[in-house]
Amino acid sequence: MAALENPKGSTLRNAFGNVLSLFILLLIGILAFSIRLFSVIKYESVIHEFDPYFNYRVTQYLTKNGIYDFWNWFDDRTWYPLGRVIGGTVYPGLTLTAGTLWWILNSLNIPLSVETVCVFTAPIFSAIAAWATYLLTKEVKGTGAGLTAAALLAMVPSYISRSVAGSYDNEAVAIFALIFTFYLYIKTLNTGSLFYATLNALAYFYMVCSWGGYTFIINLIPMHVLLCIVTGRYSSRLYIAYAPLVVLGTLLASLVPVVGFNAVMTSEHFASFLVFIIIHVVALVYYIKGILPPKMFKVAVTLVVSVGLVVCCAVIAVLVALVASSPTKGWSGRSLSLLDPTYASKYIPIIASVSEHQPPTWPSYFMDINVLAFLVPAGIIACFLPLSDASSFVVLYIVTSVYFSGVMVRLMLVLAPAACILSGIALSEAFNVFTRSIKFQLPGISGNSETDAGDAGSGSIVTQNDAVKTDKNQDTVKERPSRKNKKKEKEIVEKASIKSQIEKRLLVLPLEASVLAIFLLVLLGAFYVVHCVWAASEAYSAPSIVLTSYSQDGLHVFDDFREAYAWLSHNTEVDDKVASWWDYGYQTTAMANRTVIVDNNTWNNTHIATVGTAMSSPEKAAWEIFNSLDVKYVLVVFGGLVGYPSDDINKFLWMVRIGGGVFPHIKEPDYLRDGQYRIDSQATPTMLNSLMYKLSYYRFVETDGKGFDRVRRTEIGKKYFKLTHFEEVFTTHHWMVRIFKLKPPKNRIRGKTKKSKLKASSTTSSKRSGTRKKNPWH
Amino acid sequence: MASLSIIFLTFISISLLPVLCLSFSPENPTDRRVLVLLDDLDLKSSHSIFFKSLQARGFELDFKLADDPKITLQRYGQYLYDGLILFSPMTERFGGSLDLEAVLDFVDAGHDLIVSGDTNASDLIRTIAAECGVDFDEDPSAMVIDHTSYAVSDIEGDHALIASDGFIQSDIILGSTKIEAPVLFKGIGHSLNPANSLVLKVLSASPSAYSANPNSKLANPPSLTGSAISLVSVVQARNNARIMISGSIDMFSNQLFKSAVQKAGASNKYRKSGNEQFVTELSKWVFHERGHLKAVTVRHHKVGETDEPAMYRINDDLEYSVEIYEWSGTSWEPYVANDVQVQFYMMSPYVLKTLSTNKKGLYYTSFKVPDVYGVFQFKVEYQRLGYTSLSLAKQIPIRPFRHNEYDRFIKTAFPYYGASFSTMAGFFIFSIVYLFNK
Repeated sequence: MAALENPKGSTLRNAFGNVLSLFILLLIGILAFSIRLFSVIKYESVIHEFDPYFNYRVTQYLTKNGIYDFWNWFDDRTWYPLGRVIGGTVYPGLTLTAGTLWWILNSLNIPLSVETVCVFTAPIFSAIAAWATYLLTKEVKGTGAGLTAAALLAMVPSYISRSVAGSYDNEAVAIFALIFTFYLYIKTLNTGSLFYATLNALAYFYMVCSWGGYTFIINLIPMHVLLCIVTGRYSSRLYIAYAPLVVLGTLLASLVPVVGFNAVMTSEHFASFLVFIIIHVVALVYYIKGILPPKMFKVAVTLVVSVGLVVCCAVIAVLVALVASSPTKGWSGRSLSLLDPTYASKYIPIIASVSEHQPPTWPSYFMDINVLAFLVPAGIIACFLPLSDASSFVVLYIVTSVYFSGVMVRLMLVLAPAACILSGIALSEAFNVFTRSIKFQLPGISGNSETDAGDAGSGSIVTQNDAVKTDKNQDTVKERPSRKNKKKEKEIVEKASIKSQIEKRLLVLPLEASVLAIFLLVLLGAFYVVHCVWAASEAYSAPSIVLTSYSQDGLHVFDDFREAYAWLSHNTEVDDKVASWWDYGYQTTAMANRTVIVDNNTWNNTHIATVGTAMSSPEKAAWEIFNSLDVKYVLVVFGGLVGYPSDDINKFLWMVRIGGGVFPHIKEPDYLRDGQYRIDSQATPTMLNSLMYKLSYYRFVETDGKGFDRVRRTEIGKKYFKLTHFEEVFTTHHWMVRIFKLKPPKNRIRGKTKKSKLKASSTTSSKRSGTRKKNPWH
Repeated sequence: MASLSIIFLTFISISLLPVLCLSFSPENPTDRRVLVLLDDLDLKSSHSIFFKSLQARGFELDFKLADDPKITLQRYGQYLYDGLILFSPMTERFGGSLDLEAVLDFVDAGHDLIVSGDTNASDLIRTIAAECGVDFDEDPSAMVIDHTSYAVSDIEGDHALIASDGFIQSDIILGSTKIEAPVLFKGIGHSLNPANSLVLKVLSASPSAYSANPNSKLANPPSLTGSAISLVSVVQARNNARIMISGSIDMFSNQLFKSAVQKAGASNKYRKSGNEQFVTELSKWVFHERGHLKAVTVRHHKVGETDEPAMYRINDDLEYSVEIYEWSGTSWEPYVANDVQVQFYMMSPYVLKTLSTNKKGLYYTSFKVPDVYGVFQFKVEYQRLGYTSLSLAKQIPIRPFRHNEYDRFIKTAFPYYGASFSTMAGFFIFSIVYLFNK
């Protein structure tokens, strides 16, 4: 054991280990950054996804107008005519981060465009997130586990999906902030330092700035504190780790405009306040226990418990009354759907309509965390040997995040770091056991084994070294904050180290088994790497904005979205309003610079329902709705020609549901034939007459003569029809985006024309003709 | 031959050049050049009073036979005429490039049209009328017959020459001088769809009128009866093009202009029928010599400022003004009315205010921006009988307060300020006592 060797050798080895781990960390950072560049290399350095276009637009505004204008930005180009106060409704973390990066680079005379900075923000932050993972895991289980976890996180597909270059999403920086906040919490918990507690609050503030997922932190940490208290692990370090976080964190969180008073008024934050009260009660109990003789203490306990119970009951009663008075019981829809997975699909179609908010399938677990799913249980076991405050936190983290990821596929992202940490622990412990087995059985080569065993072996040796080192650290650091507990702690540590030595001797495995196991573990790791690289290069780097497909003729590129937005920006007036389903709102404002009615920030359900109703209505009603919103152009996405499955026809039922949720005359069964959604000749008349159907399939039969929809794999039901209130103005090369213009109201109102033979010449059919003649072709 | 026609064309275009300069424009909305299509060139002399009155008012009339193969309304994408008079009720097919669609496009391009049907009007004329919202009686030989308010004449006829005084009550359309004498009308009646808001019945038949073939026995009840029958109607299209549709071409004739009129059952006999005045006044309206409004220089700014801001804040006080002028036929005169309103509109009007006027065309008001942010519009929707419709919309975003525009201290919050500061002070004192009082 390193601890038994002479001090000079151990310091040398420590120094060597530190340099090596620094070097490994650097490599991990480079790996994390470069594995995310596939999209830039294979396609181009642009923002690839739909949502990030908004972040990009906001960043542009920030860099152009400065932070105060950004804070007060009232955007009149979205949510027409309501507008949107961007500064008060956006999580500014990502934007401010990228803006600061750009500003620093520019003041260093590195003239990068804002777009470049935005494109590369996510890879940079995933490298930093990997380092944060190292820090967190190191706090839990030592350097070896830390390095392994960092390496795993650097390429975990789940995180890659949100942080490839060009995907400029909140989550990219938020995952870093999440891990770093947890690290600082554990660090505070281990050291009991108020300095780290303050840093922790600041890290929490950054997380609140970055992502709505901060509620996960403010619920997980109280849960852990409660767990510690319940299991009798209360210490002043726990108090220092928790109390400043709640006070400072809540104060800081309420400074973020989008959170504001929510930080004290919504149920998501109540758990933290409740635990805040509990920890004070517990602290008081411990304090009294310390100053009173045992007899007096018993008396005091009864007193305090009764008083405390009364106070708690009163507080809980007040809270319950407050919460019960609000219709959603104080919980926001997204949070409610976390607690009750069926909530959203039952009550909030707008949340359920997003594919990210659906529960994941089993394959998606394998896709997103791959072999980590098998390593996590081993990691949990390793965390219990021995169970410390830090490792219990990690266990709690994985358990809750597994639950949440099962509710919402998007929260797989929260699971991924936990899975990486635990897998890192598991792998590192396993290597630790196997290499030690080899080392004990091959005393002759033990001296060389450290250098020969490759990075995994060296990692594990570093682990050993570091385990000792952290023990030492703990001893030295603990002296200051916990004078009273010092003795106890030391005893525990000593006991633990003796126990672990005994255990380690017992845990020697046969040489062959160890070698085989190491080989298998390396193989497992190799599979993981292969899978991650595949996921990074193929699955998650394919941009949504440019699609590609391979066929016998070679590569096909579908650049229809940019074609359509470019058409809009060049051929329409600056103040024209474009209506589309909300998925395309951010892009239309960012790329075409046109005003949209609804966008991806789904803050106003009624407005979205209005658009959904218009899309589900017959032409005339739709025209009236759109005209009342001053809409000039309607944009639909249609994948039937090239087989692009996430088009508007496939989303149409959500439009019906969301529209019907506010306007009851839109009824979902009207669009379904015997409960089936179909667009062929069996489709219901309501479906066939809906605006979405007509705009999608207008003139579609002219492409192949049959009107065969390649997404739905069927011939369309109504092939020949004319549009009465809309006119086609632009259809992209692959028909993926179709833009229609609202016809102006008829200049003249026609009388009743009886001479139908002359009617055929009329190109402009009147407003009333829709009711008079249903369909000239049938 | 070819060179001749080229020379001819150049000559025409050169001679048209000065005319082109005088043509209809937003600044000068009165028509100048009018194409008259006739069934028969005899009409030129038999209706000369009407045509002379137009020429006297400065119109250039271009008479052509309806089946003239050289008829064309536009050349090189430019309309050659500002107005069209179709006095060719029998024509089944126009000559040249003119057809139903060309006529309708002419109207949709903002030009004016006078159509006269007659008994046995052709399908073409009927369809043009129907496209404008006027439905002539389907029976081709039907006439409007009135046994009580027919015009008394020497020979006791079939009461198909009727004397009507069912005028529309509008000084703008029919002029300010009241038309005393009834209008003589002999021709086909038409009906209007009551839901059609663009078409107006200018001359309606009396309640006892009906539409039938006078030469055959009435087998079925007539489809058009009473004052539902319109004799002359006007349409003002949404682009302010004006159309006049009459069921009688004789109404415009010299003969009926000059003839004396006595309504059956009425004692007073007029020396001259009301036709000339009616038709002249109506043609003034149709050719935009009256009732044409324009709105210019829409302005808005904060009270006390003059520059137009790109954006207002909620609760700002602003001033709005617009100038409205009316075309008198020769110049723009200030339009005076007390019912012009402006809406401050976002999905529904948040502010609706009647504008005050300085009687010189300027309309103005001031109001406070509502406490709602969003993209608003200043909307003036002014639609009055006989006038061209004014529809102005100007978009203006309204933003909420900036972060530093709120009050720094709120009086009602002083207890809270006190609470927080006293807590801070208390904590400070407590810390000192705790730390230095061992």
